[in-house]
Amino acid sequence: MRAADALCEALKAEGVEHVFGIPGGANLPTYDAIYDAEFTHIQARHEQGAGHAAEGYAKASGRVGVAFATSGPGATNLVTAITDAMLDSVPTVFITGQVRTDLIGTDGFQEADVTGITLPIVKHSFLVTDPRQIPEYIHAAFHIASTGRPGPVLVDVPQDLSRADIEYEPAEGRPNLPGYKPPTEGNIKQIRLAAKALANAQRPVVYAGGGIVNADASAELIEFATSDKLPVTLTVMGLGAFPAPHDQWLGMLGMHGTRTANYAMDNADLILAIGARFDDRITGKLSEFAPRAKFVHVDIDPAEISKNVPAHIPIVGDARDVLAKLTREYRALKADSARLDDWWKQIRAWQAEYPLGYEDSSDSEIKPQFMIEAMYEATEGEAIITSDVGQHQMWAAQYYHFSRPRQWINSGGLGTMGFGLPAAIGAKVARPDDTVVCLAGDGSLVMVCQEFATAAVHDIPVKVFLMNNGHFGMVRQWQELFWDGRYSSVEMGDSPDWVKLAEAFGWTGMRCADKRQLKDAMRATLDAEGPALLDVQVSKTENCFPMIPAGAAARDMVG
Amino acid sequence: MEAGTPELVKLEDLEASRALTGRKHVLSLLVENKPGVLARIAGLFSRRGFNIDTLAVGPTDDPDVSRITLTLDGAVHPIDQVTKQLHKLVNVLKIRDMEPDQTISREMALFRVQAAVDGRAEIMHFAEIFRAKIVDVSRRTLTIEVTGSNDKIDAFERMVRPHGLIEMARTGEVAIARSRPDQ
Ligand SMILES: Cc1cc2nc3c(=O)[nH]c(=O)nc-3n(C[C@H](O)[C@H](O)[C@H](O)COP(=O)(O)OP(=O)(O)OC[C@H]3O[C@@H](n4cnc5c(N)ncnc54)[C@H](O)[C@@H]3O)c2cc1C
Ligand SMILES: Cc1ncc(C[n+]2csc(CCOP(=O)(O)OP(=O)(O)O)c2C)c(N)n1
Repeated sequence: MRAADALCEALKAEGVEHVFGIPGGANLPTYDAIYDAEFTHIQARHEQGAGHAAEGYAKASGRVGVAFATSGPGATNLVTAITDAMLDSVPTVFITGQVRTDLIGTDGFQEADVTGITLPIVKHSFLVTDPRQIPEYIHAAFHIASTGRPGPVLVDVPQDLSRADIEYEPAEGRPNLPGYKPPTEGNIKQIRLAAKALANAQRPVVYAGGGIVNADASAELIEFATSDKLPVTLTVMGLGAFPAPHDQWLGMLGMHGTRTANYAMDNADLILAIGARFDDRITGKLSEFAPRAKFVHVDIDPAEISKNVPAHIPIVGDARDVLAKLTREYRALKADSARLDDWWKQIRAWQAEYPLGYEDSSDSEIKPQFMIEAMYEATEGEAIITSDVGQHQMWAAQYYHFSRPRQWINSGGLGTMGFGLPAAIGAKVARPDDTVVCLAGDGSLVMVCQEFATAAVHDIPVKVFLMNNGHFGMVRQWQELFWDGRYSSVEMGDSPDWVKLAEAFGWTGMRCADKRQLKDAMRATLDAEGPALLDVQVSKTENCFPMIPAGAAARDMVG
Repeated sequence: MEAGTPELVKLEDLEASRALTGRKHVLSLLVENKPGVLARIAGLFSRRGFNIDTLAVGPTDDPDVSRITLTLDGAVHPIDQVTKQLHKLVNVLKIRDMEPDQTISREMALFRVQAAVDGRAEIMHFAEIFRAKIVDVSRRTLTIEVTGSNDKIDAFERMVRPHGLIEMARTGEVAIARSRPDQ
């Protein structure tokens, strides 16, 4: 069998139903094989778009997302998406064409050392040197991408090798990877120790993150937190893993988190960090982060434990397994819930004093926060929301009360502007029965607007709610607050005309600038047939608060 | 059980392990003998800001496996974090943080020194004391091969440097665990 056909067979064997990509010279044999393949190929309009679509697909479904690109510029266009998948631990496989083996190293036409370029930004990579490796590496790539701490795996396939003839036998069992043994079960002694410490804690906080979503451990997290009255906060990556409308929910923590969540961290005596990696958007100034707390840290990646904050009780393992055992051990101790009464009194006081809020306009002006609230109502809180990067992302995190995991899809670690639209396309392909809304920033969306064509041509009915503030709003905010209002290159002018642009691509385009009409306009956009965009003209200079200035401590929150 | 009974863990008794050990560490890695593995390791070190003091790569008894011996300063780098990051590389099979008193480690070095007639005898005397070998001679220079612990080679360097060190090449340490007496 031709190796390129074996590649497609291997993808089929991995259960692949959709892939995203763009063909070119070096992957022509693969695209010839794709012509007959049983999975659906969705042609993107830029490889970055294909990569983010694969991420959106993976984040929405928990399955491995796949993107193809040709050698050279095709492969380098994937780099942002690969890095994004690395920083957010997204299970993805990227398959690039490479020049013929006899051209490698000669600066051949469209040659780029993509395995070299991507070395620091992949979980692993394979450069095929023998055509028989092609199906083997595909299986290994899927295994590595989806197990342990998920991440991107690159398979680079030289053109001549994908045309070679090989014997293909369907792979059986696990790939042979002697150096790869991701941990699964947590150490029961450590779990017991954690349960006993918790039973003695007076001011505990559960701080959970994207690892809960990866582990499909949302139910276990709820079960654990409600086995006593444990307060829960989540990172932006974990939103939805604990339902936002819940009595024990403190709101998101970190730079744009709630004061309650951040003050609780600051005052806690025991912090249970689960599937969260103490990012600097959470810790702020490390030396003043949660100064009164001891840390239990549960993570499937041992290198995350004690990387930024030293753990007192480290537990390496899958969050789902550990949470189930921890709940059992903790229940057995029959800890006295009343010991938490004072803590809850304090938390309730913060909640009452510092609710999330904003000053609404007295006229028709649409405040950005109002827009998110309207979006929540128009979608009945049920839509899958993807986001770009900036103020709108943080307002969505604050005001759209996510109630289930995989409902909120954003770029947290890399903070990639332009992530939202292609990710929405991927998410909609993975979950065709869900309403998928991309909350876009006007600065972000224009970076990937070619992907309007992808949605139009493939008839993928995503909706874009554009928060149009005419600025690189988040950067404008920093210049206002920390750079003396010296606004340098943050105004966007009024280009493009978004309604016309959407229409040019075959979308429905609408505009709204009056808050009294906003919810109806949103509903009309949701009801429109096919992909549709709503250009929402919001206040131009609103700031996103509260905020911990970069490098400051939780106590120094402003706004 | 009642909350707060001694069986529960008192929070004030909990301690986090310290990150810096303050001493030199020798890490012995077994890695798959595949193209690009060294680049992955070197890349990891540069990306994470870890500084390698010495690095030696060579084959092992198994042709599919290579050994990489690295030395690092545990006063600057959290060794625990270094080994955990290395473990994440799929081609790394095994990592040993060698215990100093249970490890035999050796380095080889070549020194070319100025050896005019008046100093020559003294240099040859040093070589003898250090059980070094003279491997090349010219009218004004001697080339000397020294094998031993890293400290021994440092010491030899200190001895010959005043005579005029022209060139020096060191391999970096390789290490192997001592066998137990009953083995
Ligand atoms: C403009 C902007 C502002 C931001 N502000 C904030 C903010 O205010 N608050 C905030 O929280 N973030 C904020 N972020 C995001 C921030 O940069 C980080 O991306 C985020 O905090 C990381 O989330 P996390 O700790 O949940 O880790 P993730 O990146 O989601 O990592 C998941 C962790 O879980 C582990 N894991 C994976 N699978 C499992 C498993 N099965 N079992 C156990 N563990 C597992 C992984 O090893 C990893 O350590 C902001 C980003 C941007 C772009
Ligand atoms: C690709 C990329 N370039 C630059 C940045 C830096 N940056 C962060 S937020 C931001 C502004 C985002 O503007 P917009 O999408 O309009 O969102 P807003 O903040 O206005 O809601 C910029 C430029 C980035 N995160 N990503």
